[in-house]
Amino acid sequence: MKKILSIILFALILAGASASLVFAQDTFPTDDDVNKIAKQLYCPVCESTPLDVCPTEACRQWREVIRTMLTEGKSEAEIKQHFATQYGIRVLNVPPNPWLTYFVPGVVILIGAVMLFRGFQLWKKPLVAEPVSDKDEAEQVQQDEYLAKMEAELKRRK
Amino acid sequence: MTEEYTPQRRGVPLWAQIIVWMLLVGLLVIVAMGLKRAQQGTVQPGQKIDNFTLTLFSGYEYEGKTQVSMEELRGKVVVINIWASWCKTCEQEAAELQAAWEKYEPTGQVVFLGVDYVDTEPEARVYLKKFGVTYPNGPDLATHISQYLRVTGAPETYFIDKNGVLRYVEIGPFITTKKTNAQRDISAQIDPLLK
Repeated sequence: MKKILSIILFALILAGASASLVFAQDTFPTDDDVNKIAKQLYCPVCESTPLDVCPTEACRQWREVIRTMLTEGKSEAEIKQHFATQYGIRVLNVPPNPWLTYFVPGVVILIGAVMLFRGFQLWKKPLVAEPVSDKDEAEQVQQDEYLAKMEAELKRRK
Repeated sequence: MTEEYTPQRRGVPLWAQIIVWMLLVGLLVIVAMGLKRAQQGTVQPGQKIDNFTLTLFSGYEYEGKTQVSMEELRGKVVVINIWASWCKTCEQEAAELQAAWEKYEPTGQVVFLGVDYVDTEPEARVYLKKFGVTYPNGPDLATHISQYLRVTGAPETYFIDKNGVLRYVEIGPFITTKKTNAQRDISAQIDPLLK
């Protein structure tokens, strides 16, 4: 009986140990986990190179920092914030406020384009005399009659 | 007698023309400034160095303080060394700079500052320990200092006089070879500033 109990106890300990081993392996970040974040960051030394494919020693160190932070349970946002604080926002592949970063220049460019388009349109457009309204026409006829009378009067005085 | 009606030619409103031209000139100025800055290289000798603060690694403080500003170092000769643990050429001069620091530290007139450029703290600490560096050192947070100095790479060493004016920039490491002597070269920059 004692022997059976010892075996059961040993089996339980073994099961517990293997379970914790599996748990540890699950929480240990893989290269894919690291690269998932690394590809959102850029090497601050060799510019325009994403961290996940950067071959330099510095980049290898930074990938290790990501791995360490993941192991510590840090979130993706916290890791990116850490890199931005340490090396500046230029390491982020997306700026912290993309709406402002992309929208404002877009609006400025759009306004400029509209103004230029309008300007060229006005410069090029063949000019057409504005249509004369009925009221204007009546006034003009009246004025013509008046002018005719004036000219007749002048002729008479000569 | 009839007069031919000639409509007045309409142009772009003056205010619109002014805005368009101002935008265009502004854009060109920004591009020109960017190009000029890119071609300038590092801050040039003769330029007064503005105040900036360096946060220091624990164990590498300046007079017990965790931060040091250029303002509080006025009246002293300041030697700023830009380095990184991943920088192999920095290793060539690390011991030389430490030896120079040990020579000038007792005078109390010279301060060496190590600025760790885009590096990770664990590796930086290994590097400092490996070369026995004891002078104040800290990370270049958000690369503010290197951007201000317009650092072109590591290592670079900046010699600033007692009035806060940059006097010399060494691009690359101080090394001792058959033709050069690192200690002599470092002293040649510091000694005239102590007079």
